Amino acid sequence: MSAPTLATNEAQQRPGQLGSSRAKNSREGFARALRRNLSAHAFLIGAVLCFAFFSWFPMVREFILAFQKTKGGQTTWAGWSNLTYIFNDPAFWQAWRNTLLFTGLALVFGFAVPFLVAVTLNEFRHGQGYLRMLVYLPVMLPPVASVLLFKYFYDPGYGLFNRVLQILHLPQQQWLQDTHTAMLSVVIAATWMNMGGATLIYLAALQGIPGELYEAAELDGAGLLRKIWHVTIPQTRLILSLMLLMQIIATMQVFTEPFLLTGGEGPEGSTTTVVYLIYQYAFYFNNYGSAAALGLVLLVLLAGFSAAYVRLSRSSED
Amino acid sequence: MRSSWLRPPRRYAAAVLVSALALTTVAACGTSSSGGGDNSGGGGSADASTPLDPKTKVTLTIDCMPPATKKPELKEWNEDVAAFNKKYPNVTIQGRSTPGQCEEPARFTAAIKAHSQPDVFYTYFTDLQQVLDNNGAEDISAYVTDKTVPALGDIDPNVLGVLKQDGKLYGLPTSNYRMGLLINRKLFTQAGLDPNNPPTTWDEVRTDAKAIAKLGNGIAGYGDYSAANTGGWHFTAAMYGLGGDVVSSDGTKAAFNDDLGKQIVDNLHAMRWDDNSMGQTQLLKWGDLQKQMATDKLGMFLAAPDDITYMVQQLNAKYENFGMGPIPGGKATLFGGNDYMIKKGSSPDKIKAAIAWLNFETLTPGKGTFDYSRRKADGLPVGLPQPAFLTGASKTKDDELKAASATMPVENFKVFMDNPVPGKSEPPKAQEIYKVLDNVMSGVLTNKNADPGKLLSDAEKQVNQVLANG
Repeated sequence: MSAPTLATNEAQQRPGQLGSSRAKNSREGFARALRRNLSAHAFLIGAVLCFAFFSWFPMVREFILAFQKTKGGQTTWAGWSNLTYIFNDPAFWQAWRNTLLFTGLALVFGFAVPFLVAVTLNEFRHGQGYLRMLVYLPVMLPPVASVLLFKYFYDPGYGLFNRVLQILHLPQQQWLQDTHTAMLSVVIAATWMNMGGATLIYLAALQGIPGELYEAAELDGAGLLRKIWHVTIPQTRLILSLMLLMQIIATMQVFTEPFLLTGGEGPEGSTTTVVYLIYQYAFYFNNYGSAAALGLVLLVLLAGFSAAYVRLSRSSED
Repeated sequence: MRSSWLRPPRRYAAAVLVSALALTTVAACGTSSSGGGDNSGGGGSADASTPLDPKTKVTLTIDCMPPATKKPELKEWNEDVAAFNKKYPNVTIQGRSTPGQCEEPARFTAAIKAHSQPDVFYTYFTDLQQVLDNNGAEDISAYVTDKTVPALGDIDPNVLGVLKQDGKLYGLPTSNYRMGLLINRKLFTQAGLDPNNPPTTWDEVRTDAKAIAKLGNGIAGYGDYSAANTGGWHFTAAMYGLGGDVVSSDGTKAAFNDDLGKQIVDNLHAMRWDDNSMGQTQLLKWGDLQKQMATDKLGMFLAAPDDITYMVQQLNAKYENFGMGPIPGGKATLFGGNDYMIKKGSSPDKIKAAIAWLNFETLTPGKGTFDYSRRKADGLPVGLPQPAFLTGASKTKDDELKAASATMPVENFKVFMDNPVPGKSEPPKAQEIYKVLDNVMSGVLTNKNADPGKLLSDAEKQVNQVLANG
């Protein structure tokens, strides 16, 4: 109803008055929209303020801290010195190597295993709900309890895994206490703890694939592997890509598992991750500037992955 | 029509209500802080060196009050507050208890950074630089005199020294320790060793560890830490014991990559891999060795006397099962401890009240935490060779009172007490250095083929860098 009225009013005005009139109308439109959505905006205030206080403000503060130094009660601008410090710290490169190793191993185990489990579960015609629950059960355990359970399993003296190896007459391992196996052991524990959620997401995606596609593939003589390769993977490509990015973003921030399993550092620093190093800088060394600088480096890297994730999410909506 | 004029007010009312709720939620999300505000009601003297005027009205917040789970300790705290209030009726003590240890590095660092520490706050000796960097503590030099702290002259000057910077005093000690060799007397006896003569050199430690490990059943002769910075802490203690250091005297270079450092690493490697007397489980941190020893699975480890209290109170061990000897080498021993500091910005009255409380609670033989007869009556341990910061007449009196109410066989600590080893404070940038040295310890204890020379030289480079960064 209002549009013709506005058009009529505009037509009646002189050309010189048109600009200011448009601005006025735009302001009125904005005010009207604001009034119309006042309740919605009011409902948003709490969330916006909470985000502002606990997410956005700390981010801005971190950025500022990355270029500051506090000494003798005085906070001063430090230029690039915090970044120089972290790049010169041998632990910095070791932490990145360890984090990338964790991410790589987590992709092999944490990405592939849940997908294969989902494909297997999808093949079951009976008891699927029961099996889904079994797979999801570890996610419901408190993470600390799960990690401590694995810490016991990995103990080289009385741990379950070495006991099993002993029964099988296989050489026993040092697990978390060997520089070569420490990170792998952390990844196995992390995969067991977290794969339930990913499996359910894959399963939901698999169940959205039309059965006719498999039937058509079978008619063409495709076996199980070819069906997976030519039907399952292409049909779940988008979910797989999203999960891959989410895994990368999550695994590059790994902290809890190495912190609890190896005390954070591991043998000769072999499980020190980037986030654990940030924690050390801040809370053991009281070096907030370097902690913030390293956080900033991580932020920049993860922002790239997050942007790719958002782009993929949008294309999935389209 | 009716609805058109009714609707907006409703909407506005809803908006106002929701906004108010949202703001309340946000306010509830926020943190409260005692802040630097002062609520002293005055009445005190302007002279810093005089004791607190009993009429002074002031409120103090203090951390490290015993939690409700420690009933006897909390009962004694409340009794002490009541006794203190008899002399200073207008001083309100608001204790704050903390879960776990009184100070946990992450929590402490965050509190100091946010200036949310209480008026009187608990710190470790090694925290002074961090506190001063964050402008967190008052200079109390003018307030601490022999009038306000009568035992001041009997406090070990080395201990007071670690609480000073540029001649200014920032804290008062409440407890301290000197490291020694903690032994499991039961395992010593079972292995045919004399528990009244613990080993005093690393060679003897190795020999005894081998004998204890021969008992089998998963028993280790000697244990050591290698994670969470505690490995570096113990490496430092071992270096001090042999007369070495981890940092040069001017504090600019690492000083552990020498024959003494190599001796320590070689000895640990030999015990772990040649003798197999250190057990298979490594990457241990504080709390792990205590569990092993409390369950009679470990013969020896470097420790402070209060580790025994932890094992008895938390792990149901028995005092008579443990003994202590001096640190192997006996040249010097690492000492540490804890103290209270007073928050920056506190008024003179608050500072005086805090010092009066600390003097009453932790610095007067026979009173507060030194009231041994009460501790004994409450079923708390008495007789440990700790704290050890009192000297002279105060120490004599304290020793007498302690002996009169001892609840444990103090003769088990005789060798430790009779062979006092000079105390040596922790190095500058202790936590950063300990972190680097953790890698030396974890390397030698988890890798049979570890190269001790390389471990030490890599650590040396890293520590030099830590020190160079100022």
